Amino acid sequence: MTAAAQSPAGTAAGQSDAILEVSNLTRVFGGVRAVDDCSFRVRRGTITGLIGPNGAGKTTAFNLISGFLKPTSGTIVFDGERIDGLPPHVIARKGLVRTFQIPKPLGSMTVLENLVLVPMGQEGERIWNAWFRPGRVGQREREIIDRALAVLEFVDLIRLRDEYAANLSGGQKKLLELARTLMAEPKMILLDEPGAGVNRTLMRRLVGYIEELCYERGITMFIIEHDMDLVARLCNPVIVMSEGTHLCEGTPEEVRNNPLVLEAYLGGQYR
Amino acid sequence: MKEASKTTKLIVAAVTVAMILLPLIHSGGSVTAVIGFLVPFVTTVAILAIIAIGLNVQWGYTGIFNFGVVGFFMVGAFVAAIVTKSPADSEFVQYVGGFGDRLAFLPFLDSREWLPFVFGVLAAALASALLALLLALSALRLREDYLAITTIGVAEVLRRVTIEETWLVNGTRGLTGIPRPFAGWFEPNVYRFVFLGLALAMLFLVYLMVERGISSPWGRVLRALREDEDVVAASGKNVFAFKVQGFVLGAAIMGAGGAFFAFQQGAISPETFTHFFGTFIIWAMLVLGGSGNNIGAIVGTFVVWGFWSITLQIQGFKLPVYIVDRISFFRDFVIGALIVIVLLAGPKGLVPERARVSRWLDSRVRELRRQEAATQATATVEPASSPVE
Repeated sequence: MTAAAQSPAGTAAGQSDAILEVSNLTRVFGGVRAVDDCSFRVRRGTITGLIGPNGAGKTTAFNLISGFLKPTSGTIVFDGERIDGLPPHVIARKGLVRTFQIPKPLGSMTVLENLVLVPMGQEGERIWNAWFRPGRVGQREREIIDRALAVLEFVDLIRLRDEYAANLSGGQKKLLELARTLMAEPKMILLDEPGAGVNRTLMRRLVGYIEELCYERGITMFIIEHDMDLVARLCNPVIVMSEGTHLCEGTPEEVRNNPLVLEAYLGGQYR
Repeated sequence: MKEASKTTKLIVAAVTVAMILLPLIHSGGSVTAVIGFLVPFVTTVAILAIIAIGLNVQWGYTGIFNFGVVGFFMVGAFVAAIVTKSPADSEFVQYVGGFGDRLAFLPFLDSREWLPFVFGVLAAALASALLALLLALSALRLREDYLAITTIGVAEVLRRVTIEETWLVNGTRGLTGIPRPFAGWFEPNVYRFVFLGLALAMLFLVYLMVERGISSPWGRVLRALREDEDVVAASGKNVFAFKVQGFVLGAAIMGAGGAFFAFQQGAISPETFTHFFGTFIIWAMLVLGGSGNNIGAIVGTFVVWGFWSITLQIQGFKLPVYIVDRISFFRDFVIGALIVIVLLAGPKGLVPERARVSRWLDSRVRELRRQEAATQATATVEPASSPVE
């Protein structure tokens, strides 16, 4: 079950091993340095964990990487291109997509429509195509719907296809978030606490999906998670953040036994 | 109207019956009087429904809170008037524009009767869209409530400008003698039906355009924006660009509606365009009818304007003075009460939004359901949930 980090064979020889490279990233909110001179790399084809105590700046880091926040300083390179400061929709189009810590289902749309929305550059998103070229739009729409149905089968939400997304349970909403990212045909997915509030059974399914997506489809996974069991089962390597910066990284085992990590979580007096 | 509930049908039927019965009783059984009442009534409903659909694009689909509808409505009406009218020719009447005769440049088909009006409607839509674009670029990034305040402010500024800058559209004296399309071809008695037909045709065109747009992936992005902008951005779509498109298209439709309003009225002044009539009533129509559904917008317009006209009819009956005096205040109160009742009893309005708006999605899901029903009928085997790949 341990995540043997094997790069997928498809990696081009010329590309660097790191798909995401964060250097000296800083974000200041008023007087608070939420992310402070933080540097790390995520290797292609891995399930990398991001852990750290509350307030360590993990979600802020995700928001900076995905473009929802602009960095105060520092660089972010994704797949050989600088993406820091770009708006979120441009970053998503490059194949770097994210989920949200608190799921954001589009409640008044059906589950299927939540997925069909996602694919980028749909012809029908231009209103004149919708008006004057319905044939072409319809054809593309059919392809996208079939893909969405396949994704729903994959995450086993197919029975809820025509349900309003607002009516899903908490766990199902988490699956919907994951399913939506798959519709974007990503190279890398940022998962913000996929395990929070999810029961054991669903967690097991989620682990299976994430492993399959990474090791069989070659999508790099970068996961913020508090549940150490989940992290230990799934992630390798694990990056630890504390007080806005990169503290250490290693296998789950190494990280768990690292005194720096214990200190970060429990405070200096337990040294 | 298959989405409409029993209550909705009952309300629509009640308003329809009242609209026929009241003038019938009032006139002592004259059918001519009923027609004379109904034709302008339906014409006004068609025109206001165009504006309600414009608001539906902005609020019902895109979730943009425009509380300055009257601004776009008024700009459309005045622009259409100054485009189609002849130039100002007296020292008491001042306005810019007046292109009417010059726009009738086609030497055939009697183009004086229709060509300037085509330009008038287009110019009205364009002017309104331009105003929306300016507003969008400066204020659309504001949060919902601040945007609402901004739109009220802009609408009021526009009203003040039309009143104070008398050279622009003749100040409070307003514009009179606004020409009407095809008016020269028909007897006045017949013409009201012609104009009704034109207004209905315009409503139908707007309805088709908006429905097509909304039932496409374009509309899906707008409806997603209404729910959550972050999800749209995370799906690689430019949130601001889509918001601008929804806002501008809605405004253009309002402008076109304003143009037809100007043609219908024949005379407009800044005082016609109160916040109550131009914004509040339109909102009441949309919210009551069902925001997020164009049929709902039309039904809402019919019901609200029907109620509005019925109360005026009642005024014509021999009733105690204290009722007649108060009825115009009473109806304001009832409209307000209706909105509260709708928001409490059925916030989705008389005709709620459909579950699957996207038309290709809808047809595909129907197809899948038919297949599922067929497989369940032929074999007792459970529908196989085969893993992907």
